[in-house]
Formats: sequence, structure tokens, C-alpha cells
Amino acid sequence: MSITMLKPTKEMQYIMATDVGSTTTKARFFAKKSDSWRFVVAGEAPTTVEAPFEDVTMGVMNAIREVEEITGHQILKPDGTGVIIPYDGKKGVDLYCTTSSAGGGLQMMVGGLVRSMTAESANRAALGAGAIVMDALSVDDGRQPYEKIKRIRSLRPDMILLAGGTDGGDVEHVMELAELIKSAQPKPRLGIGYELPFVYAGNNKAAQYIEELAKGSFALTCVENIRPTLEIENNEPARHAIHKLFMEHVMSHAPGYNKLMKWASIDIMPTPAAEGMAIQLLEKNYKKYSLGVGLGGATTNVYSVWEGRFVRSVSANLGMSYSITNVLKEAGIDNVMRWMPFKLSEQNLRNRLMNKMIRPTTIPQTLEELIIEHSIAREALRLGLRHHKSIATRLKGAKQYHDDFGWMFDAVVKDTYIDMMQIGCIAGTGGLLSHAPDRVQSLQILTDAFQPEGVTYMFQDSVFMMPHLGVLSTVHEEAALQIFDKDCLVKMGTVVAPRGVGKAGAPCINVQIELPDGTVLNESLKFGEIKRIPLAEGQEAKLSITTQKDFEIGYNAEMRPTNVKNDVAMGGVVGIVLDARGRPLQIETEINARRKQLLNWFNKVNLYPGVDLEKTFKEV
Amino acid sequence: MPKKQVEEQGEKSSTQAFAYTPGLKIKESEVVEKERKLPILGEILVKTNDDVKNDTRVAQTFVPGDPYIVDAANMWGVVPDVIQECMLKPVGSKVNKGETIAKYTAFFGLIKKSLESPLEGTIETVSPLTGQIIITGLPVPVYIDAYVPGKVKEVMPREGAVIETHGVFIQGIFGIGGEKFGKLRVPVESAKDVLSADQITPDMKDCIIVAGSLVKLDTLRKAIQIGAAGIIGGGINSDELVKFMGYEIGVAITGEEEGITMIITEGFGNMNMHLNTFKILKKYDGQKACINGETQIRAGVIRPEVIIPHENRISKTGAELSDGMVSGTLIRIIREPYFGAIAKVLSLPVELQMMESGSYVRVLEAELENGQRVIVPRANVEIIEE
Repeated sequence: MSITMLKPTKEMQYIMATDVGSTTTKARFFAKKSDSWRFVVAGEAPTTVEAPFEDVTMGVMNAIREVEEITGHQILKPDGTGVIIPYDGKKGVDLYCTTSSAGGGLQMMVGGLVRSMTAESANRAALGAGAIVMDALSVDDGRQPYEKIKRIRSLRPDMILLAGGTDGGDVEHVMELAELIKSAQPKPRLGIGYELPFVYAGNNKAAQYIEELAKGSFALTCVENIRPTLEIENNEPARHAIHKLFMEHVMSHAPGYNKLMKWASIDIMPTPAAEGMAIQLLEKNYKKYSLGVGLGGATTNVYSVWEGRFVRSVSANLGMSYSITNVLKEAGIDNVMRWMPFKLSEQNLRNRLMNKMIRPTTIPQTLEELIIEHSIAREALRLGLRHHKSIATRLKGAKQYHDDFGWMFDAVVKDTYIDMMQIGCIAGTGGLLSHAPDRVQSLQILTDAFQPEGVTYMFQDSVFMMPHLGVLSTVHEEAALQIFDKDCLVKMGTVVAPRGVGKAGAPCINVQIELPDGTVLNESLKFGEIKRIPLAEGQEAKLSITTQKDFEIGYNAEMRPTNVKNDVAMGGVVGIVLDARGRPLQIETEINARRKQLLNWFNKVNLYPGVDLEKTFKEV
Repeated sequence: MPKKQVEEQGEKSSTQAFAYTPGLKIKESEVVEKERKLPILGEILVKTNDDVKNDTRVAQTFVPGDPYIVDAANMWGVVPDVIQECMLKPVGSKVNKGETIAKYTAFFGLIKKSLESPLEGTIETVSPLTGQIIITGLPVPVYIDAYVPGKVKEVMPREGAVIETHGVFIQGIFGIGGEKFGKLRVPVESAKDVLSADQITPDMKDCIIVAGSLVKLDTLRKAIQIGAAGIIGGGINSDELVKFMGYEIGVAITGEEEGITMIITEGFGNMNMHLNTFKILKKYDGQKACINGETQIRAGVIRPEVIIPHENRISKTGAELSDGMVSGTLIRIIREPYFGAIAKVLSLPVELQMMESGSYVRVLEAELENGQRVIVPRANVEIIEE
């Protein structure tokens, strides 16, 4: 269905959005109430992409039917052929949109000439389009041609993106890579006997030769160069081409998607791409550099919006169920155990996590089990952010600045531009965070993992609707923004944390908090302490912060670190958390000292309400 | 689910569709269909209703040989477009290993260079832009066998065939290694026994050995030493698995491992093998079995399996998964604090209940084998399908 057939957005009254996930299809129903868009109700059902169903529309119908049962509002056509569009005064919706990550999402292979330049830009473009990048080939990746060919053959990607060279430059090297890819004859993952989609976004001079080479082997789309010059990264044309090909080639070969494509008012979007759009809405709303994270069962997606630049990273094997033991493997057992106030043998922990991996739908029944999962979550997020920082980098190869000795290149500039002191908003989504028994646990997990510095607003996706709002924002930004602010985002509160490390018990930070009723609180924290101060959702408080000389709390106008800052705290379900535990965070290594330290922190923020932690986790 | 969210959603939650409770099959008598597919299109060697043995070839194809890139322009130090003129054979020609495929002459014959093919194959491309010659090796034949003895139920033209057999079908929870076929040997007496290394004897070569509740590292090594085809056990300690594999398994995607195939039926740690699983394996001790350790725990889950073909058709009794969970359904608890326990469902309360973890979840009341009554999240049990 073409978008031009829809009602003008101002006349719309009801919207249905779904997300077809690997295991669950989630329907979210939105309505316009007294000129304002709100979330109405959710419906969920198992995804039906696999045998014996092999038709995603069955899961979509089941999820929407649940919305119908709860609201009494008819949305589906009685003969099961789709969604009633438009709303006719009694039944139907004015817009139906959907995202999808079922069947493993969009899996891509990318290529570029130099690993740290065009291959890195191609990697960023594919990630930004919502793909899982299976491998990045480059001329200088240290592999022999036969090794690359073997790798391409074994991967079976959904799509290939090739970049390389600046416009007008030499075509030889990019053609070498293209010839290598062609000779490997990569086969698509879904379906037999169709041409593999191939996006070329390199040196424009080579495009005509690429076209000749691809004839009969690939479904080729040539777009503008990702790096027309070394100073410019132009990801958008490649990203759009990837979305288009995802619809035309990949989705059309997945079971039931041909039907679903006809039902949807607009193009189906990969879930992570839509989730990323929602994080961009956050940045737009609060006008602060923002970080978002989707902590899933199999993957961890991290998004950043910094000076208007949107970057996504996906850590394909860091997750809370399917890949939970990989978190243990990547982080190391000591790093996981440092978040636990009790002793557990390595074998016991490994066995428990392996059992969670092979039975991924189970949930923690005991507090000990919950704390183990929260410990893993902290490490998955920490590693996810570390990976993100390796992608959110300044353009390598680009000239940075000029001094007396000539142009300085990237080698002397630090890699990532993500500076936690300048990050103003952090938002989390995903099953573990959304289903945490108390919101303070989500805030604390995000804080411990990301270690925000300065003053940071913390958010949480309420019932998993960021992807729904992301795809909605492409056609009806006003509705998406309204729902995003009122119903999607749970405002958890504000974390105030100085950067630096001191001696345990030594003075660290003074914070004067002016509450909305005029009450002024003066809080002084020693190094190693943490404190939670209630400030309700919808309220704001003025902050005057001073730190001791070894600590920093922000930057002055010249971007030099400062130990004085005036700011505003955002209220939320948790309130204000004053965190003087150090940046980087300092955790005891001896088990009993660690137990004492962790239980003290847990109690100070009431992390596990109603539990006598001292009694539950006795000294060993 | 957080408390506030529970309050917001109230009764709505109880009407929401709940997760499908997976169950692993333990069937003594089952019609089993195995789809045998080629990686790329090819030729089918069987017809519908043909009888097949486990090693009967059902389909074959030829995978293109590995391409070899000869960077001719660089090797000779000439501009790329010269290479095409120097070729002695056109693109598409067959060449032998060592055969001269290109010659270059310059300076009135003073400079002479030649290029030999590094392998037997076909000249795929000669690029005037890069000066590269790509030679593709001979096609590699790929065969698919029937894996299970039975009948060809369906032929998928150019793609493969479906083989139907009848027999025992038991799903494991985790495995390593691929498809194997061998005589089943059960040297242990009960599901609780742990097979020791010295119980494995040379006459178990090419057999599939049932190891009881725990597969120990030294037992596994002994099984490899005598040349066993496979080993089946209730559990394995994860650190011993790491030692055996030589690396940690981060994501449960297995099946490509060389050597012995191992199937774990219950989980990690010392886990008594489910009584019915053990009874069935003991009953068919000495018969031929097909096993596959391939495991994929992600969307489109694949579990390891044991198939023992026989014609003793037994009428079905016991719970069927399609019936769902009701009072009296036999379940296995698959999470702490009752991990591994077998229980019977007593009731399925509609209301969400708070767990010790603080979460509000849908639960069931169950009676353990020792008579103890417990409350567990519904997500933490699986139906035992017998």
C-alpha cells in the first residue's frame, strides 16, 4: 500500500503498530484523545515465523486479536486478510506499521578498502540500517584472498555492502575486492535461486565496472559514495538502499512477509533501525547528547546521538538468554562475580548460566537468581558500551586540525568521541530492564554498567514500544513524540556522579538541592557513598554541586574540567541518585569486604525492597 | 514484571496469551520424518516410496571449487589491461595444474615471462581493471545420505527428500557433534548411575554408549579412545565440557564438531536421566540407533536427538503437548531452587503471584516426587511429553 493512500495525519484517530520479534510479536494500539496521542493497550502472541506455522501474519493476527478482545475495537478484517484501513467511525485504524527482527533480522557482510576508513564507514552504515554485520572485509584485514573467500562462502549473508575509495580515485583496489566477492559466489541465507542483494557505495568512477561485474550474479544497487572524501561520511544513501532491498529481497523470502508487506501502510523496518529512531526522538525532546540501549536475549544494541550524529552498534552475542554464557566468556568470571554479595563456586555459576542458555525462557524465582542475572546484565551492558565506543569514532584518515607542523591526522586524536560527562540522557529497553521487579534496579544496572558522569537523566522503556514509535515517527512524528513522552518513557530520575577516585571515607561532593516546594537540602557525600533522594515524576529540582579538588563534575565554557556545576535534576520513579562511588567505580575484591560494600550500596538506594539483605546473604 | 506495571494492567495480564511451554519429546513409538536437503540445487537419487538404509545416498550436487586469485599484473610488474592480451586460453577454458595460461614478451623478445595455472580448474575471469586472473577449482561433489533407515515419503525436486521411519524418538537438551549411527549399549543399571571410564570396553567401538546421570571427562576421553560413535548422558559439568572442547561455548550453536557425538538429556551438572528416557534406552539396548548432537538455541530451535528405528507400534498414552498444561500434567522444573525436579501440576492459579525475587508472575502449584508442594513460575517448567 502506498503512503499517499493514507488519511492526512491530522485526521488520523487510531494507529496499530506491531513488532515481529524472534520469539514474540508485540502489538501496540494508539489513539488520539482530546487532541493528544496516547498508548491504549498492548497485545502479545508467539511469533509464527518457524514451522509448523511458517507465516508471520498468524502471530500478528493473534497479537492484534488480543488488543481487540481487551478494547472491543475491531481492527482485523473478518476474513483474516489484513487490517481494516481506514477507521470508518466504528472499526479499523488509520495506519498500520510494523517492524521485524524475526528469523535472525538482517544479516550483512560489508567491505571497504582500508579497515579503519571505508570498511569502518560501511560497517557504521549497515549497523545504522539495523543490520547484524557478520564480517567486514578489507584489503588490509590481514587475511589471504583464499581465507576471505572461504569466509564469504560460509557466511550466507542476506546482503552485501561494498564501499571503497574516494570519488574519482583509483578503481583498481575496489575492483579487486569486488572480483574477490564475486568469485566466492556467496549464497543468500533465505531461499535458493535468487540473486543476492548488493549495495555499492564506493568510488563513483568504479560504479560502471561494478555494474558489469554484478550482471547475472547480484541484485545490484549503486548509491552515492559513503566516503566521497576522507573528511565526509555520507551514510544516508546506503542506509536507504539497505532498507529498500531488505523489503524487496530479504523480507519477501521470509515466511508470510509478502502478505504482511501488503497489510502494512508503510515499509516494514528492521527492529533495531526503528529502536534507533526512538533514541533520536529522545535527543530531540531533551536536546542533550543521548545514549540508548536495547538489552535483548541474544544481542545488545547501543545507540548514541552526539552532535546530531546517530550511531548504532550491535554486540551480536551479548544477551541475557541465548547468549548469556557468552557474556560470561567475554567479561570473565571475576567481572561477573564482583556484582554479587555472596559466594558461588565457579562451577555452580557456569552450570546455572549454561542451563539458562539452553532453556532461555526461564525467569529468576529466588533473589539470588535475580542478582546473578542483574550481574550478567551489568557486564553485557558494559561490554556493549565498550563495543559502541569502538564504532562511535571520529573519521579516521580525515584531517583534524592544522598547526605549525601541518595537518594533524587521526593518529594523535583519541578514538571515540563518547564522553560520559557530556552524555545528558540514558535510556534502556529490553526484557531484563523492563521486567525488573523495581525500577530502581534498572537505574542501578544502567548506572553501574555505563558509569554516567556529571548530571544524567535516566529513562526506561515502559512496555517495549520504542521500535513501534520509531517506525511511526517516519510518517507521523507528532504522534510518535507525544506517545514517546507520555507513555513510552518512564522517567526514572537523575544520577549525579563526579569523575575521579579518592580515599574511602574522604570528603567527595556537596550538593545543594532546591526542591519545588522551596525546601533546600544540603547533602555531603564521602568517597564510596551513594544516596537516593525522592523527587517525583514531573518535578524538577535546582542543583548546585561542588566537588573536592580531585574530582570533576562538568566542563566550563572553554571545555576544561570543573568542580562546580549548577544544573536541574529531573524527577522520576526513583528520584535523584547521588553517586560518590568513584569513576571509574571502585569495588572491593575480597569476598566479605565486597559483600559489605555491595549490601551497603543496595540498602542505600533500596535496591531490593522488603528484603533483609544482611540476613539473606550472610558473611562467608 | 514490576509491581506498578502489574497494578496498571491488572486483570488484563491474566487474559494475555502466555508463552508456549516447551517440552522435550520422549517417545517410544513415533513416526519420524527427516528432511534431507542439499546446500544448493542438485540431483535426487531416490524416488518416493523407495526403501533406504541409513547410508543410502539420497541426493548429490557439485559445489563450485575454491577460486584461486592470481595477481598477474603485480607479479609481472605490468599495467592490468596487458594481461588479457597475454592469455593463451580464453575465459571459460579448462586448465590443468602447471599448464601455461599466459605469456608476456617485451623489448623485442628480450623479456619473456610466463604464468602457470596453480590448480586444475576453469579460467573464471581475467580483469583488465585489476590484472587479476581468477581460476576456479574442480567442482566438489556433495552427497546427502538418508541418516535414518526407512521409506522416501516425498521428493523435493532438485532440493532433497523426506525420509519417514518409525521408532523411538528422544530429544536431548544440548549436544555436540553431527549425525552418527551405531549399536546402542547401556552398561549402567539405573538412571542415577554414573558411568566410569573403566566400564568402557574395546567391544564398544562404533557404539553409542549410555552413561547414566553424568558424562565425566575421563569417561568421555575413554569413549573416544576406544572409538565409540556417541555417548548419551543426563548431565555434564560445564567446566569439564570446556576442558574437553578446549574453549568455552558462548552461544549454543553446535553440530559441526568432529569426532564423537554427545547428547545431554537434562542439563548442566549432575542430573539424573529422566526415568522414562532411561527405561526406553535400556529396553532397546543392543539395537541400532541414529543420533545427532546438533543444537541451536535461538529462534528456530534445534535440539539433539536419538532415533531408534523399530516397527513395534505402540498406541499412544500419556500427555500430549497439544493438550497444554492442566491439573495432573507431569512436568520438569527447569530453574532454581527446584532445578531438575519432576512434579505433577496441582493447580494453575489465574492471578499473578509475587516471587522471592520480587517479580509478579503467572505460577502453578505442583507436587514434587517427595510429596512436597511448591509454587513455581509457569515459565520455569516444561511438560514431559511421553
